[in-house]
Amino acid sequence: MLQSLWNNRVMVVAVILFAVGFTTLLLHRNLIKKIIGLNIMDTAAYLLLTSIGYIDKNKAPIIVDGVTDPSVYVNPLPAGLVLTGIVVSVSVTAVLLALTIRLYQRYHTLDLDEIYMIARNETEKKEDKK
Amino acid sequence: MSFAANFPLFCIVFCLICSVVSSLLNGKVARIITLLLSIVVMIMSIFVMLMVHLNGEPITYIMGHFPHPWGNEIRMGLLEPFFASIFSLILFLSLLGGERHLSSDLDVKKSQFYYVMTDLILSSFLVLLYTNDIFTGYVFIEICTLTSCGLLMIRQVGRTTLASIRYMIFSLIGSGLFLMGVIVLYGITGHLLFPNLHEAIAKLNVSGEYKIPLLTSISLITVGLSIKSGLFPFHFWMPDTYGYATPSSSGILSGLVSKVYILYLLKIIFNVFGTNVFYNSGIQHILFWFGVCAMIIGSIDALKENNINRMLANSSAAQIGYIYMSIGISPTLGVVAAIYHIVTHAFTKPLLFITSSRLCDAANGSKIFHDLQGKARKYPLTGALFTIGAFSMIGIPLTMGFISKYIIATSAINTEGMIVIPLIALALSTILNTIYFGRTLIRIYTPSDSETCMIKPKVSYLVSTIVLALINILTGIFSTPLISIIQQRLEFFGKVG
Amino acid sequence: MKTNKIRNWLKTWDEGEFEFAINEDVVQPTTTDNAQSQDLEHPWKTRHVDKIEQKEINIFKKLYPFISTFLCLVIVGFLILTVIDLPTFGSANAPAHNEVMDRYIESGMDETGAVNVVAGVILDYRAFDTLGESHVLFTASIAVFILLLSIIDENEPSLEKEITQKDSLLRSTAFIVVPLVLIYGIYVVLGGHIGPGGGFAGGAVIGGGLILYALSYGFDTLDRIFNLKNYRIIITTALCFYSIAKCYSFFCGANHLETIFTTGTPGMIFSAGLILPLNIAVGVVVALTMYGFYSIFQRGRIG
Repeated sequence: MLQSLWNNRVMVVAVILFAVGFTTLLLHRNLIKKIIGLNIMDTAAYLLLTSIGYIDKNKAPIIVDGVTDPSVYVNPLPAGLVLTGIVVSVSVTAVLLALTIRLYQRYHTLDLDEIYMIARNETEKKEDKK
Repeated sequence: MSFAANFPLFCIVFCLICSVVSSLLNGKVARIITLLLSIVVMIMSIFVMLMVHLNGEPITYIMGHFPHPWGNEIRMGLLEPFFASIFSLILFLSLLGGERHLSSDLDVKKSQFYYVMTDLILSSFLVLLYTNDIFTGYVFIEICTLTSCGLLMIRQVGRTTLASIRYMIFSLIGSGLFLMGVIVLYGITGHLLFPNLHEAIAKLNVSGEYKIPLLTSISLITVGLSIKSGLFPFHFWMPDTYGYATPSSSGILSGLVSKVYILYLLKIIFNVFGTNVFYNSGIQHILFWFGVCAMIIGSIDALKENNINRMLANSSAAQIGYIYMSIGISPTLGVVAAIYHIVTHAFTKPLLFITSSRLCDAANGSKIFHDLQGKARKYPLTGALFTIGAFSMIGIPLTMGFISKYIIATSAINTEGMIVIPLIALALSTILNTIYFGRTLIRIYTPSDSETCMIKPKVSYLVSTIVLALINILTGIFSTPLISIIQQRLEFFGKVG
Repeated sequence: MKTNKIRNWLKTWDEGEFEFAINEDVVQPTTTDNAQSQDLEHPWKTRHVDKIEQKEINIFKKLYPFISTFLCLVIVGFLILTVIDLPTFGSANAPAHNEVMDRYIESGMDETGAVNVVAGVILDYRAFDTLGESHVLFTASIAVFILLLSIIDENEPSLEKEITQKDSLLRSTAFIVVPLVLIYGIYVVLGGHIGPGGGFAGGAVIGGGLILYALSYGFDTLDRIFNLKNYRIIITTALCFYSIAKCYSFFCGANHLETIFTTGTPGMIFSAGLILPLNIAVGVVVALTMYGFYSIFQRGRIG
């Protein structure tokens, strides 16, 4: 078992990062740290996906000199999936950051629990109750 | 392959183009485009349904020049266009019904963005229903997440921004787990398209290789999608989300968004893992027990609420529990019951949210029960429609809710070893439902002397709520065609086994 | 007596005054029986039900490190057990390296015309995913518009702070670097099917160049070129072109018709069918979206 842990060390690191990011996103109370945790989680997932596609001692899948032998190149499919995933991750981070800015402008704190308590105790103002 | 097989592609591309173009136009034109778009999608989906029925077999449509496993595909059985037409109809009716609140909640200069979001959410519903590929599903799940947050955020009150960030965080946790499950599945099979995945997993099941990764990917995908649809214990975001959004958004979110994730999960269970592998892995017990807990705890939370919209939201959490409990019971009758309950809830919840918004209008915007006393007497039609919706949730005969509880009970009785607990849970939660819905009904019909704002109802509101209520009652009385469609055409969803 | 008690209890529940009722929207009067000083800054801290919640939050604050470490270790353990059983890292016999990969590499250049096989995969074999992904980016920019875009009337005074750094070191560096960055970005976009790169990477580089320019020289020139109307029209045109081109391509593919776009000679710029125009469209969208995010986060408007 230790041998396979060492062989798959890249995947093990990816998985540890995923758990770290996941726990940060779930349990931390500061909004910016939650967003950082989300990014760590997503990046770790893409690291795992890329490491699945890797073949030892092979080159990147750009065809040089017309050599189209599959045993020379790395698997191109996971690379394409990671490209898609990175864009999704960036979009989600941008929206979360915009939400954080909005919440900060309104409640002047970044602590989600405190924001929740403040929001519970305000009456909805007349103009909110349209 | 007849021309109608191209319709799903056309529907999806129409939605995408309409959404992009709507961002340039002003609010009123964008609204008209969205309403027209949903009608067009509904009509096209009905054509697709007829065509597949005449064809006799599900049709696979290649997206591009390359068949599976190299290119992307979509698949049309009978259930997929059926749900596509239902979802576009409910989207249309929700947008109509909430019109008054939309015009007052939306900032005039930004109202076209709301309709961009509704077009995109319709496109993500279509893709999640039709797709035959697991990674495309992930990309459009992310679109669905972002657009449902957009539907919430459009009403810029402090409470909704907070609710949307909470909703988004929970949703992203679910997406992250789903993505991890997909990656592990790709690592052990090397395929992303459903038919190929099914073959590869069947082989792995027989040979016994990669047992633990397979189990992990099943649980990650299931847990990820159930977090996104709001299964206990991940339903905390529901009261805040549905409670403070504008009524159209509440209707779309509670009626459609959570259901589309459950339908996608059912597609994956049938087409990727196969019911044998899934129901032997033990995950269905987790779904079953969490469903039972959701039914009871959701109802108890609804009892404690003092705000009508939050009560309806907690009731939604309980209804999601019904669906998951039925999935956990059996792959044949249980899943039929779950799908029927999905249709029931999709038609009933928007009706409840829209009529309750009008009752709150009568109380000058307040949503607290104390202020809602007697409002149904001043607005008799709205009161009657709310009553029909409430009866459907409780399960009184002549409504859809009764038939769906009946089917759930039948499926429980017909499965060995699963007779006692589902029936007890059903009975208990029906009693709880009766208590809190009954209390609401008594409250809104008790006469009171408080002032009422008499506002004339808009024609669109009347049309949408009456149509929803009529569908509810008609399907409650003539329920057999619908049940037989679901039961027979379930094979088109994927073979059992 | 007992029925009276039950009746009273039911009445308090119905009226919402039951102690554990969730009174989210009603501010209770703070005339409870306490001689403690009212916490004016945090009025909720003196409410009875919220005091219970405050206690719960305090307990959670103390237990937080232990809960989070425990949860993290559980997930790590669960996933490591999985990952040990996955195929060995780097092995050529993994299930992932199957006939799918073989065909992509062997026939990729002939069927799609792209020398960069990954560009062929994402823009031809699996083009539907990329269509969805560009719309994810569009959705995110619309969501940011909803939240932060303050569409200012011309009559309202501008409340903008002075944000440009008139820093001579920054300006003289940017004077040399920005043109190089922009040209490199355009090269990456155009050469996406011949070498590494593509619309996404190149678009990000161009967006970075625009942001650097805005940081050092201010927004004036950029506001003239990318005012809100132009910005939205360019993005809309690019995305519509993408959707229509892909719809045409999927329609031809599913009905087994020939498209008008030929694959050409691999290695030439004008080859690979639709891949070059799609790369340009995606590059434009990504670059403008990155610049738009920066502009909105910085000052709440574009142009």
